[in-house]
Amino acid sequence: MKLELTVNGEARDADVNPWKRLLDVLRDDLRLTGTKEGCGEGECGACTVLLDGEVANSCMVAAGQCHGRTVTTVEGLATGDVLNAVQRALLRCGGAQCGICTPGIAVCASHVVEHKLLESDDPRARVRELLAGNICRCTGYQLIVDAVIEAARELS
Amino acid sequence: MHRPVGSSLPRVDGVAKVTGRARYLDDLDAPGAWHGATVRSNVAHGRLVGFDRDPSVDWSQVVIATAADIPGKNAIALIEDDQPALVPVGGITMHHDEALALIAAPTRALAFAAMRAMKPKIEPLPAIFTVEDSLATKQLLYGADNVFKQFLIRKGHASDAEFEAAIARATHVIDERYYTSPQEQMYIEPQAMMAEWADDGRCYIVGSMQCPYYVHKAMKVLLGCDGDGVVITQSVTGGGFGGKEEYPSMLAAHVAVLAKRAGRAVKMTYDRDEDLAATTKRHPAWTHHRLAVDAAGEIVAIDVDCVMDGGAYLTLSPVVLSRGVLHAAGPYRCPVVRVRGRVVATNHPPHGAFRGFGAPQTTFPYERQIQKLARLRGEDPLELRKRLALRSGDTTATGQLLGFSVGTDEVLGAIEARLGPKPVSTDRKKRGRGFAFYFHGAGFTGSGEQRLAGKCTLAALPDGRFEVRSSSTDIGQGALTIFTQIAAQGLGVDPERICVIEPKTSLVPDSGPTVASRTCMVVGGLVEKCALELRDHLAANDGVLEVTKQYEPPPGISFDDATYTGSAYPVYGWAACLVDVAVDVDTFEVAIERCVHAVDVGKAINPMIVKGQIEGGTLQALGWALLENVIYKDGKVANATMTNCIVPTFADCPELETITVEVPYPFGPSGAKGVGEIPMDGPAAAVANAVEDALGVACDSLPISPESLQRSLS
Amino acid sequence: MTDYLRPRSIEEAAEMIAAHPEFMKLAGATDLMVDAKHKRVPAGIVDLWRVPGMVGIAETDRGIVIRAGATWLDVQRHPAIATRWAPLAAAAREIGALQIQARGTLGGNVGTSSPVGDSLPVLLALDAELELASIRGVRRVPYREFCVGYRKTALAADELIIAAHLPSPSPHARLGWRKVGTRRAQSISKVMGAAAIELIDGTVASARVALGAIADRPIRIAAVEAAVTGLQARHAAEAARAALRTAIAPIDDIRSTSVYRRTVAENLVARFFTDLT
Repeated sequence: MKLELTVNGEARDADVNPWKRLLDVLRDDLRLTGTKEGCGEGECGACTVLLDGEVANSCMVAAGQCHGRTVTTVEGLATGDVLNAVQRALLRCGGAQCGICTPGIAVCASHVVEHKLLESDDPRARVRELLAGNICRCTGYQLIVDAVIEAARELS
Repeated sequence: MHRPVGSSLPRVDGVAKVTGRARYLDDLDAPGAWHGATVRSNVAHGRLVGFDRDPSVDWSQVVIATAADIPGKNAIALIEDDQPALVPVGGITMHHDEALALIAAPTRALAFAAMRAMKPKIEPLPAIFTVEDSLATKQLLYGADNVFKQFLIRKGHASDAEFEAAIARATHVIDERYYTSPQEQMYIEPQAMMAEWADDGRCYIVGSMQCPYYVHKAMKVLLGCDGDGVVITQSVTGGGFGGKEEYPSMLAAHVAVLAKRAGRAVKMTYDRDEDLAATTKRHPAWTHHRLAVDAAGEIVAIDVDCVMDGGAYLTLSPVVLSRGVLHAAGPYRCPVVRVRGRVVATNHPPHGAFRGFGAPQTTFPYERQIQKLARLRGEDPLELRKRLALRSGDTTATGQLLGFSVGTDEVLGAIEARLGPKPVSTDRKKRGRGFAFYFHGAGFTGSGEQRLAGKCTLAALPDGRFEVRSSSTDIGQGALTIFTQIAAQGLGVDPERICVIEPKTSLVPDSGPTVASRTCMVVGGLVEKCALELRDHLAANDGVLEVTKQYEPPPGISFDDATYTGSAYPVYGWAACLVDVAVDVDTFEVAIERCVHAVDVGKAINPMIVKGQIEGGTLQALGWALLENVIYKDGKVANATMTNCIVPTFADCPELETITVEVPYPFGPSGAKGVGEIPMDGPAAAVANAVEDALGVACDSLPISPESLQRSLS
Repeated sequence: MTDYLRPRSIEEAAEMIAAHPEFMKLAGATDLMVDAKHKRVPAGIVDLWRVPGMVGIAETDRGIVIRAGATWLDVQRHPAIATRWAPLAAAAREIGALQIQARGTLGGNVGTSSPVGDSLPVLLALDAELELASIRGVRRVPYREFCVGYRKTALAADELIIAAHLPSPSPHARLGWRKVGTRRAQSISKVMGAAAIELIDGTVASARVALGAIADRPIRIAAVEAAVTGLQARHAAEAARAALRTAIAPIDDIRSTSVYRRTVAENLVARFFTDLT
């Protein structure tokens, strides 16, 4: 099918099988390689993107389902060379090590922070609940939680 | 920036990583590259007779490679050459999911379809999966006795009879057996590699790896070429933890052979299930520990007997075992020590390097023993450790006299200062507290660093920048950034003027592998020496624009490999951990409510990066304690998916309280020693000690799963 | 090339699946696309994601209607579910993690009816009724009659799930829920328990008790329900525990053991009753 969708604010198209994973459309057809594959089974969250404004594992979305829809990937978080608040905080707080999970974390955390989903008695516990679908093996998560809290504070 | 060392400079590769611009192997543009897939063994032991090819696949569209296509020696050269890159037809497959043949195709989907359509024909042989069956040589898999390697350490006695006499003089002997489970590294980027043969006749290999020169060495043997015949480049690497120490040589062999056959570049990226099924894990270990004390509670003798399952090939097992036995007596004073270690062959996929490298396996037993001693004596477990711990002036199990940089009092004191209230049980949650105290040798064992003779080069560039050339890789631990800081500090220039180039064997000297908590201390030390010397040359304006330094051991360091006595390591890191747990009485689930970890790193070149290293290692240890495991069924990994081979999520991790302690090492860069591995060593024992404190049942096997606690309590 | 169909209404969806019963019915895809790279390419897809008429949650005078296309995020964010059908909101928060909750749908969980489906014991305990549609018309089936075996349901090949109807709990009802997974989030369940217990003047007037991950399908435990009905609350826990002992035969697998599942199931069920007092 001729897939038409909006990616990071730009109209894009690709000639693909509708069963193709959105992840592969992004990486192979659109050459947006920031979105990573860690498991292919919806466990690790490295392939997280926003689909119509909600987080999704792009390894578990069929291309056909994205026709006419809007996708945001890690490449769409910064404005030109200006990083968004979550990206800046990840950098400043040491929230990225090997970096392979970082795109998924940056997308999910940006969504969580921008929609003010952390507002609660215990924002750090909320970060841990809301980001639990993004596995990081390097950091022990502590510095990522620090970064997300800092970014949320900056935006509030 | 005046003093780059000691500042939390953001990672130099950070912007590329938070924007998704960093290119990992699978992200690289490779027009025209074909994709590789691996046909694997479906039995644990058997003779490969041949292959059945399903005629429904158009085989003219793909390229097949077998052992016969290997130009040099069919071996992954490491310590021994016992592991083939591909099992030849007529040869013996030694484990499940061993590589038998390779396929390359224009698309990954076609390569995998062809792989599935190429069925190996194997005549099964009896297989062995336990160390008992291995030691009883129920099948002979290696040498004369299935023992890949054994070590014996003796301190304060000359014979077993003398040793038993020392044990007999004790008033109490705590005699227990322990088991630590296999563990998956679970880097989030699966193994990935690409090769291409260029018109100059050389093979260019790029991929996800820790040790470019290990791959280089292996490829020289496999491809039958000299050092110029193959060039290895590390791509941005998505985690390693030891899992990309030796295994990448296997992928490199495969893509190199396929690329030769296909006459074009070939890329191979493992799927997660394939990575879980075929690549190395932490060695499972069985330890018998006797801790003998006198009436005053002094340790009079320690006896450790540790057996590890090495799996089907030798790989790095001797070195893992070595580090295991060298740490097995723990950081405690004891005049009489005997440590025996053996690593044996089974038909499991080979076990290999994983953060801690044998030390976590032997730390768990000794820190459980110390807990049992505290219970036996009714002594506060932290006070007991303070009373018995090694300090400057004491000797280790190998007779090494400790001098400088012994952080015992500092790390134990840091924990004591953060004790807080003891956790209190309720009718639904049983709570408890556990401690652990441990040490970890930094750098290669014994004279290993001299043999390695690691080198590093620093050059002044015409544009005013400086280039660091080393084969140390950044696998997330921050090597690029700390080298930048050390070089900037030594040269007295801004870090922005430092460029650490990509590890490519044609451009960088062999600095040794990126392992063993040695990158900062050893190679960072070379960077510092280069920088100080180059600064002098520039000041003298003598025309010298490039300096290369080679490792030299600190004075007074010597180790006897024959008797395993002397200075096992130039220096040790020291650490202590407190863990509070709550156990749910309905479900037996263990929640870690506090984890305080104090780690002596000598000097934190970059405090933020050091904190990240400690915390990452801590969570791997907590995961190993409670929920990680590799389950083998008839030699095959039965939980080879991320759904079933689980690691902790954000929600499983407590708020980590990390204390970086700095007791400087006079011969490290600005006083730095190792940090990478030590956080993995002890927290599992602290968890077990806390659960025992909460429930009153011994936790001597990992993982401490709800199922195991339910069994213990019923 | 796979065919791709995106219906604009329930009626159109019913026509499409009647015409193409072999096509994959796909909504949030969080189960059907696990390891999709290596799955057989389907002949066609009928995309049920956000079909008009299949989304939304609405309170009625008798209870609440959750359309099949509602995601677990929709469920947990609905204020009435959070207060009056709290176990369903709690279960929704424990399904996978945010990425799965934002895509996974009630219809998908019910349609797959895996023994470890996280919402299913709650639907049993809350006495949910499913609304199914096809070109032949609409019918209703209680969820307890819908799942008939291991991942087997009463859904006909030409039918689709369009809603779940949950009656308002009795004013005397106490609701309970607990998931025990392999870890705290993004986990597969090892044992799940859900209960709706009607307590009148200290006596158990009625009870629905359901377990998941304990048999080949999510199950109601009739023996427990019968044993506790009419008992004083303080005696109910032990009666429930005793009745459960012979009512289930859980299995060993790589995630847990039979004896653990049995013990924990007993503890969870007993806890629902001790929490009454």
